[in-house]
Amino acid sequence: MADISLRVNGSERKVSVSPDTPLLWVLRDTLNLTGTKFACGAGLCGACTVHVEGAAVRSCSTPVSQVAGKNVTTIEGLSANGLHVLQKAWIAEDVPQCGYCQTGQIMAAAALLAKNPHPSDQDITNAMSGNICRCGTYDRIRRAIQRVAAGGVR
Amino acid sequence: MSPLSRRAFLGTAMAAGAGLVIGFYLPHGNSKGSKNFAPNAYLGITPDGKITVVAARSEMGQGVWTALAMVLAEELEADLNAITIEQAGASTLYGDQTTGGSASVRTAWDPMRKAGAAAREMLISAAAFEWGVPRSGCKAEHGTISHLASNRRLTYGELASRAAELPIPADPPLKQAKDYKLVGTPAARLDTRAKVQGTAGYGIDFRLPVMKYAVLSRCPVCGGKVASFDDKETKKIAGVSYVGEIGESAAVVVADSVWAAMEGRRVLNVTWDEGAHKDLNSAAISNELKQAAAKKGVALYAVGDVSKAGGRRIEAAYELPFMAHAPMEPGNCTAHYQGSQCELWAPTQVPQDVRDSVATAIGLDPDQVKVNVTLMGGGFGRRLEHDYAVEAALVSKAIGAPVKVLWTREDDMRCSTYRPASYHKMSATLDGQGWPAALSHVIVAPSINAQKGAQLEGGVDPDLKDEVALVYSLPNALLQYVQTETPVPLGWMRSVYALQAAFASECFLDELAAAAGKNPLDYRLHLLAKDEDIKYFDATWKTGRMRGVLQLAAGKAGWGKALPAGHHQGLACFGCFSSYMAEVVEISMENNQPKVHRVVAAIDCGQVINPGILEQQISGGVIYGLTNALRAQITIDKGRVVQGNFDDYEPIRMNEAPVVEAYFVDSHEAPSGAGEPPVPPVAPALCNAICASTKKRVRRLPVLG
Repeated sequence: MADISLRVNGSERKVSVSPDTPLLWVLRDTLNLTGTKFACGAGLCGACTVHVEGAAVRSCSTPVSQVAGKNVTTIEGLSANGLHVLQKAWIAEDVPQCGYCQTGQIMAAAALLAKNPHPSDQDITNAMSGNICRCGTYDRIRRAIQRVAAGGVR
Repeated sequence: MSPLSRRAFLGTAMAAGAGLVIGFYLPHGNSKGSKNFAPNAYLGITPDGKITVVAARSEMGQGVWTALAMVLAEELEADLNAITIEQAGASTLYGDQTTGGSASVRTAWDPMRKAGAAAREMLISAAAFEWGVPRSGCKAEHGTISHLASNRRLTYGELASRAAELPIPADPPLKQAKDYKLVGTPAARLDTRAKVQGTAGYGIDFRLPVMKYAVLSRCPVCGGKVASFDDKETKKIAGVSYVGEIGESAAVVVADSVWAAMEGRRVLNVTWDEGAHKDLNSAAISNELKQAAAKKGVALYAVGDVSKAGGRRIEAAYELPFMAHAPMEPGNCTAHYQGSQCELWAPTQVPQDVRDSVATAIGLDPDQVKVNVTLMGGGFGRRLEHDYAVEAALVSKAIGAPVKVLWTREDDMRCSTYRPASYHKMSATLDGQGWPAALSHVIVAPSINAQKGAQLEGGVDPDLKDEVALVYSLPNALLQYVQTETPVPLGWMRSVYALQAAFASECFLDELAAAAGKNPLDYRLHLLAKDEDIKYFDATWKTGRMRGVLQLAAGKAGWGKALPAGHHQGLACFGCFSSYMAEVVEISMENNQPKVHRVVAAIDCGQVINPGILEQQISGGVIYGLTNALRAQITIDKGRVVQGNFDDYEPIRMNEAPVVEAYFVDSHEAPSGAGEPPVPPVAPALCNAICASTKKRVRRLPVLG
């Protein structure tokens, strides 16, 4: 066990866990931020995507010790009111089916747009192909990202 | 039914008891309602105007809560946003609560409309009585009844208690399709916001104030058992509180956190008694299926006499592997055993089966087991099983505390139930013009239902009745089923046997067209040219409706028109779950592998409730079918499932996902299945396109296997 401090969604959080614990389980079990999902546990599907210092990372494969002292953003902290432009676009396009992977999809898309506000089709494909959706919502995910990139969501 | 039991069933939404409550029955699949009217769904309107439907239809992404609410709102004349569908838990008092078989909308269509219409009529009567005016002057609209002549209005909430005193009309008038305001519109889903904000509560998210977490080490060989285990290292992991056997074939590690439980399992040393199947492998399974094809099967469908047709004979055999559902949310269940009762929170499609199986496993009566159904991160049939729940109950009983059992992805891949592997012997006799004088299809596969203990009536797995019809006009045809056995656990996976049957029969149709030197579209249209009713078990299939979807898909895809250089198309059509589906797949070959550019899909599923949700089911079903066709393969070696995660069982990702265009036949026929019909035509249409490009037939899935 170790005491580890990290900044989650803007708040300083101190946790006492084994330092090799994946960030995912610290978020879900210790901090009760369950919007970040477990699906593969091996960095293969992106359901657990969060931002560390603004970059998309797979929290299932990131030991919490690696993010000590860093800024972590989860879906709960993506915007103050839960209505980030991407979330609005996801609602406008009615993207989710089961919805389980969608928070990870949105976090991946947010990291993309932060770097590249006007991604090409290929940029979107490249950035989003790490995230698996078993319901097959890829068409709508692409449309939602394009909607934001085109300035169609306020 | 006593008011108490009704109240218990209705749960929190209707607990106040005031207001209007109408009980009705939602049948499942082909099951007939019981003779004694026992409601399994309730419509309630409380004095504060809240409209709630309590129904056991699990939301696993298919949009059922929105679709059912729309059907109700249409007849009730209420606003969609005023309606909440509340998930019912398992009840011993009521009928079948299964969600599956693409059945929810098609079976709810009539009862849901009637419930809405009955409530509407009662509210109108209550208002007319209140005002002392004739009913005919009163109108229901947007959750209010208005009297136009006197410009008075009352809300449904204000009228609910008065309406409750009136008799429930047995046969209320239903609206005509031309008057629909909501049904047929792409209304926004009711569950989207919570899902994009991360607040939607899936099974895995449920927690009690105090609870433990558990993972199990299950025997990797089907039928094997725990011989012994050494937990010395496991007990050294901080947070691990319990290690023990669960049932005969698993050991559990319980801890204060998921991670501690996982770490504890990683170092748990279990010695397995691998049992009779330790040498089982895929080659032997494949060989057994092939051998069994020589056996006499039971006839599923027969017309004329295939042995009497003379002409040119064509034969081919097709083969498919086991496949895994792999929903994104792995199996899990939270259980709290407390001696004389046990409560569970389960992402399940079968609350009653969960209740009964748990009761048997822990020695309680079904009445002592309470099942709460959570939202689920995909189902695809995997949650028609009860294994995760039984484990959770057993672990909770063993440790005497509430616990969440969580499966990892590897657990889900390796200890699951699988789509049955199958072998298909196809043969046909072509007449002088190249048309099939006879067509024969022998389906060789293990029976899902028999493996689960069902007695097969007439030797036919009941799932073959809804899923493998041969919808063509043929002078002589024979569809047979040869039942085999396998120790590999079987389950119902999206579209069940339709996927295998469609792959074999629709690829073979293309082989026949090629042998006849005819265009695959023209060949099929010729076999669908005559309007014919094809009786298949309890269903009547219409060649005209199949022709309709085929023409629609082919037309929209530009079949026969010029394509970009190197592009080729393939098509397939198939009927299952009472719906008709045709798809055209457009590919090019790159490094000997197909790249899928575009899939044009057309469905005739009767009256469309919500085209937005239907489009989701079609585009999602096509992507699911594409994974099945290209890569999904569970292989067995030394009695073990080889694949473990999304690297060796990799679903289609965005970079491989084609554009999917969905089209619907405009219809006011009763709604039929939508979740599963889009899946089966994908593989044959894809393989027919590959052959168009390479001149080589693909007779075995997966394509990239």
